[in-house]
Amino acid sequence: MQGGRREWWREGVGIGYHGTMIQAISQPESIPAAIGSPVVSVTGLTKRFGERLAVDNISFAIQRGRCVGFLGPNGAGKTTCINMLLGLVEKSAGEIRIFDLEAPRFHREIKARIGVVPQADSLDPDLSVQENLRTYAGYFRIPRRLARQRVEELLHFFALHNRRDEIIEHLSGGQRRRLLLARALLNEPELLILDEPTIGLDPQARHLIWERLAILQAQGTTMLLTSHYLDEVSRLSQQVLILDHGQVVVQGEPRQLITDMVGLEVFEVDGTTAELDALEISFRQCNATQERVGDKLYVYAREDCSHLVKVLGEAGSWVRRPANLEDLFIQLTGRSLRET
Amino acid sequence: MNGFSFWTIWLRNGRVWKKHILATLIGNLGQPLLFLLAMGYGLGRDMAEVDGLTYLQFIAPGLVASAVMYSAALETTYGSYTRLTVQKTYEAILMTPLGVVDLVLGEIVWGASKGVLAGVIMLLALPLFGVILSPWVVALLPVLFLSGIFFSACGLIMTALAENYDFFNYFTSLVITPLFLFSGIFFPVQTMAPPVRGFLEMLPLTPIVSLARILCYGRFGEPILLKILGSLLATGCAVWLAGYLLRRRLIQ
Repeated sequence: MQGGRREWWREGVGIGYHGTMIQAISQPESIPAAIGSPVVSVTGLTKRFGERLAVDNISFAIQRGRCVGFLGPNGAGKTTCINMLLGLVEKSAGEIRIFDLEAPRFHREIKARIGVVPQADSLDPDLSVQENLRTYAGYFRIPRRLARQRVEELLHFFALHNRRDEIIEHLSGGQRRRLLLARALLNEPELLILDEPTIGLDPQARHLIWERLAILQAQGTTMLLTSHYLDEVSRLSQQVLILDHGQVVVQGEPRQLITDMVGLEVFEVDGTTAELDALEISFRQCNATQERVGDKLYVYAREDCSHLVKVLGEAGSWVRRPANLEDLFIQLTGRSLRET
Repeated sequence: MNGFSFWTIWLRNGRVWKKHILATLIGNLGQPLLFLLAMGYGLGRDMAEVDGLTYLQFIAPGLVASAVMYSAALETTYGSYTRLTVQKTYEAILMTPLGVVDLVLGEIVWGASKGVLAGVIMLLALPLFGVILSPWVVALLPVLFLSGIFFSACGLIMTALAENYDFFNYFTSLVITPLFLFSGIFFPVQTMAPPVRGFLEMLPLTPIVSLARILCYGRFGEPILLKILGSLLATGCAVWLAGYLLRRRLIQ
């Protein structure tokens, strides 16, 4: 199983924390046999917890080499769905195939080829950085010598080589996250599942992780990403799938979805009720949808509304920006808080 | 077949344990050694012989068995519960090719190993108290391992049911401590009134204490086959139940 797999960390990867990387990224050495079939294919997946339908008849596929952003408010069913892929939650109905193998029947084989970055830190606090990695490599039955070599490479890849003997307690949040990522890559996974990979991190730490994920992606790793940071999802995913109340609300290519469902650009205007009322009327001249939230007016323009900018000049304060994934998300799942 | 995958979990626990070796050994051995000193040496000096043994000799093998019980049961309650909840170790392990069966076997065999280690250290300490052991004591080791498996499995059952650490107070107060006191470590069960004797002989630690006494001194009088078979059966059931309950807890 180990033979012929790509060795992504050898391929033109710079080491330094701030170093620029992504030089020549070569193609994977061998093309996987099942190139045509999706890495993950889910049909009619359903999970019932007693009366509650946590996941309701979901279908989707993840093609090889793509990153799919899995979005949804809290309690939408994302984590339940991922846990079903991993066999941590038993499905009530539906079919899951990963690497063309039926889950949960072939879970041992499937999980040998998946890497998971869990949302909650599950590092061994008593062990050092490299002991954590070596122990985890043991679970995958990676031979000791090979494991030592991979640990070394991953420590460099994630700029953790200076902290190899540090106890987990002494690591920063960003270092822990990077270690979780390194741990997920020990088995050279073909599918990487990232559950909120940069939650709670400072911008520097997030950027470092994004850079590394981009390298992995360029080398053909398939990814399933969940995140509440929609800028992160836009940056990394070629496809998004928005879940709400256990159902798929929409799926597709993010840019396309935004243009189709939200528009091209957004005007956010602050002002008094009278001012906003007046503006609403002006903006009817343009193909746009409008939304009032408190003292704020949102105008989602489906065409170039530049000619109306002069009207805005009279209003208090306003911003004009491109429509983004967050607009789409809010539009589809509403503004009300989800507390579970 | 899972083969011996659970061994990697055993190794993980061993790696962590090495870092706290002194604290855990003192924690597990302190009590039985103190009991040996207070009851055997202190109280026992003025007592008549029991079954042809001095009181210290009489209680020593049972205390070895109790050391195994304590060590194994505490490992798979407080230790395993920490791995299950605070540290999320099980969650991390289940994201690898390992499954719940590996996890359960790894934890139970680990707890039993710690139990046997505590028992062996107790056995090695006995000569310091003037207790001379028979060569048959070697045959006691698999018995102690079996008992370790049983009490590890019991601990893991509690872990699978626990909602917080306080839950284990029930286990220690209502199960472990009574077993320590009433399994024939401190008084001969055979001399009790028949219904009481019958009840005490059904307790899971009682046959282990008897076997320990038989094998420590090489004094074969009682039948041993039934004790071994009974313990095997109880252990099998406990392991199965631990696996069932932990799976129910981990896989929703």
